[in-house]
Amino acid sequence: MTENKKNSYRNGPDEDGHFGIYGGRYVAETLMPLVLDVEKTYREAKNDPAFKQEFQELLKEYVGRPNPLYYAKRMTEHLGGAKIYFKREELNHTGAHKINNCVGQILLARRMGKTRIIAETGAGQHGVATATVCALFGMPCVVYMGAKDIERQKPNVFRMKLLGAEVIPVTSGSESLKDSMNEAMRDWVSNVEDTFYIIGTAAGPHPYPELVRDFQCVIGDEARAQILEKEGRLADSLVACVGGGSNAIGLFHPFLDDDVDIYAVEAAGHGVDTDKHAASLTGGAPGVLHGNRTYLLMDDDGQILEAHSISAGLDYPGIGPEHSHLNDIGRVKYVPIDDKQALEAFQLCTKLEGIIPALESAHAIAYVMKLAPTLPKDHIMIMGLSGRGDKDIFTVAKALGEEI
Amino acid sequence: MGVSRIEKRFETLKKENRAGLVTFTTAGDPDLETSLNILKGLPNAGADIIEIGMPFSDPMADGPAIQEASIRALKGKMTLRKTLNMVTSFRENDQDTPIILMGYYNPIYIYGVDKFLEDALEAGIDGLIIVDLPPEEDTELAIPAKAAGMGMVHLATPTTDQARLGQILKNGTGFLYYVTIAGITGTAKPDLAPVKNALDNFRKVTDIPMAVGFGIKTPEDAARFAEFADAVVVGSAIVDIIKQNIANSALESKVLSFVNELSIGVKSAR
Repeated sequence: MTENKKNSYRNGPDEDGHFGIYGGRYVAETLMPLVLDVEKTYREAKNDPAFKQEFQELLKEYVGRPNPLYYAKRMTEHLGGAKIYFKREELNHTGAHKINNCVGQILLARRMGKTRIIAETGAGQHGVATATVCALFGMPCVVYMGAKDIERQKPNVFRMKLLGAEVIPVTSGSESLKDSMNEAMRDWVSNVEDTFYIIGTAAGPHPYPELVRDFQCVIGDEARAQILEKEGRLADSLVACVGGGSNAIGLFHPFLDDDVDIYAVEAAGHGVDTDKHAASLTGGAPGVLHGNRTYLLMDDDGQILEAHSISAGLDYPGIGPEHSHLNDIGRVKYVPIDDKQALEAFQLCTKLEGIIPALESAHAIAYVMKLAPTLPKDHIMIMGLSGRGDKDIFTVAKALGEEI
Repeated sequence: MGVSRIEKRFETLKKENRAGLVTFTTAGDPDLETSLNILKGLPNAGADIIEIGMPFSDPMADGPAIQEASIRALKGKMTLRKTLNMVTSFRENDQDTPIILMGYYNPIYIYGVDKFLEDALEAGIDGLIIVDLPPEEDTELAIPAKAAGMGMVHLATPTTDQARLGQILKNGTGFLYYVTIAGITGTAKPDLAPVKNALDNFRKVTDIPMAVGFGIKTPEDAARFAEFADAVVVGSAIVDIIKQNIANSALESKVLSFVNELSIGVKSAR
C-alpha cells in the first residue's frame, strides 16, 4: 500500500523491520517462525486484489466508512484562529479507529488458517473491536486485560463477554496494559499452532508496526481526499493523540511527504516532571520491549516503569517504533498534554460541538486548543478524533467530583 | 575465561559419560545475601553449570514461578551491576563452574553492550542466554559477545526447523539450549520422545553440546532427559522451593538438598 520512492518518509520499515534504529524482531525463538509466517502472509495479501477488496468492502459495509471530515465551526470560532476539521473515527462501528486494524488482521488470521484469536487491551476499545470481528468471523477470542483496567472499564468488559469473548484478568506486574501484552505473548508462545495475536497498536515485532499502520492508513487516505475536495488544497497541520500510536500513524502517514506540520500528543498524566505520566518520547529513552526497539519509560537499570494517564488507552510505557523514528528525524513534533488539560478539552468539545470525545482524543483536542489560537484563520488543521467518550463518563464524573 | 570454561566443562562431562545438571536461580531472590549463599553452595550440591537469572520487570517468556522471583528480586532493589558483583564474589572460591546469565535484553542494552561484555567477563561470567534475541538480532549482542570470547547460548525450540537451525548455530556458542515445549518456563510437562527425536536430528548437523530445559521439575524427570541430553536445566522447581521457604531459616539448605537430589538423578541416568 506504501509506494517506494527515494527520499520519502514513507519507505520504512527496511526488510528487517527497522525504522532507523527502531523496530526489529525481539521475540523468543519459539515465536520467530510464526512471526516470519505473518510477514510472508502479509506480503502476499498486500499484493492480492481479492484481499484488498474484501478489506475495503468490510470497512465500507461493516465499519461504516468513509466517515466524515467534519468542519468544527463552533470550536473554530471559539478558539479564533486556525480552521479546524475533525476526522470522525469515533463514528466507526464500535466507536473508535481500532476496528480498522482488527478487520485487516482477522482477514490475515483466516488466510493463515488460524482458528483462535488472542488480544491485549487497556481501555477495552481494542478488546471490544477484536471481540467484534471474532463474532463476525465465528472465531473463539481470548482477551487479556489488567485487573486494574477491568475495574475501571466495566462496560467494555461486559461488551466483550456479550460478543462471546473470554476476558482473562491479568494480575501480574502492574495489572495494566503492558502486563496484558506480556500475558498475551505468553499465551501466543504456548499456542503457536492455532493462534493469531491481533496486536492493537502499531508496535510489537516486525511486521506488526507496518501492517497495523497500513490498515490504519485508511484514516489519512480518506482525510487527504476529503480535505482536497472541501478546500481544494491539503491541510497545513495535523494533530492526533499517541499511546502506542496507531490512529496517529494512520492519519499522518499519507501526509508525511507533504508540506504539512504534524503534531502528536502524548499523555503527560500528572506532568512529565512527575513519575506519573505516559509520555515515552518526552520523558523516556530508547530500549527494547514487546518485540521492538522504541522509546520506553524505564529506570537506570532498564526496568520498565508503570505509566499513568487518566486515559486507560494511553496508559502504556512505550510507543510504536515508527513514531520513535519520526521523532528523532524531526518530521513529527511530539508534545505533552496532562490529565487536567485533557479533562478541560473533553468538556469543551462536548459543550461546543455536541461530540463526547474519548479521553484519548481529548488529549489531541487540548493541543488544538493551545495551537489553533496562535495561527491565522486561513490555516487548515485536521485533528484525529480517534474515539467516542461514552466509555469514559464514569472516569470523568469521578475526576469532576460528580456522582452518577 | 568466558566460553572456554563452558567448553571445558562439557569435555569433562563427556569423559565422565554423563549429562550435566544446569541449575537456574534468580539473582537477588529472595534477597541478595541469601541468593549469594545459594550460589556459592550450588557446585558442592551438584550443579555442573549455573544459570543466574537477571531480574526483569517484564519477563515475557516465563511462567509464574520465575515471574515472581523477578518481582521479589526487584523489590529488593536488585540491579544488573549487583548481579555481576555476586559473580565476582562467587569466583573468589570457584574457578571451574561455568556461570551463564539468563534474561532479557533491555537491562543489558541500557547498561551498554560493550561495557557489559567487559564487566561481565571481568566478573567471571562465561555465557549469556537472552530470551528475546533470536538469530535475526545477532548483531545486537551475539556477534560482539562472540568476538569478546563470551559464550552466546542460542535457543532452539519445537518450532525450529533445519533451515533455522543453521541460522541459530551460526553465532551460537558454548552449547545449544533446546526448549522442550512451545511455551513458557515451569508450566507444561514435556514428552520425552519428541525431544529425543529433535536432538537426534540436530546432532546430524552439529556437534555442539545440547542442554534441554523448560518443564523439568523432579530428579526422576531430570534422569530421563539425562539419558540422551548433554545437560538438563531445572529452574522453576528450584525457584518454587525458594518461594515456599521464604520465612524458613533452613531455606538455603532446602534448596541445596533439592539440587543434590537432582544431581543424583542426573548422574544415575546412564
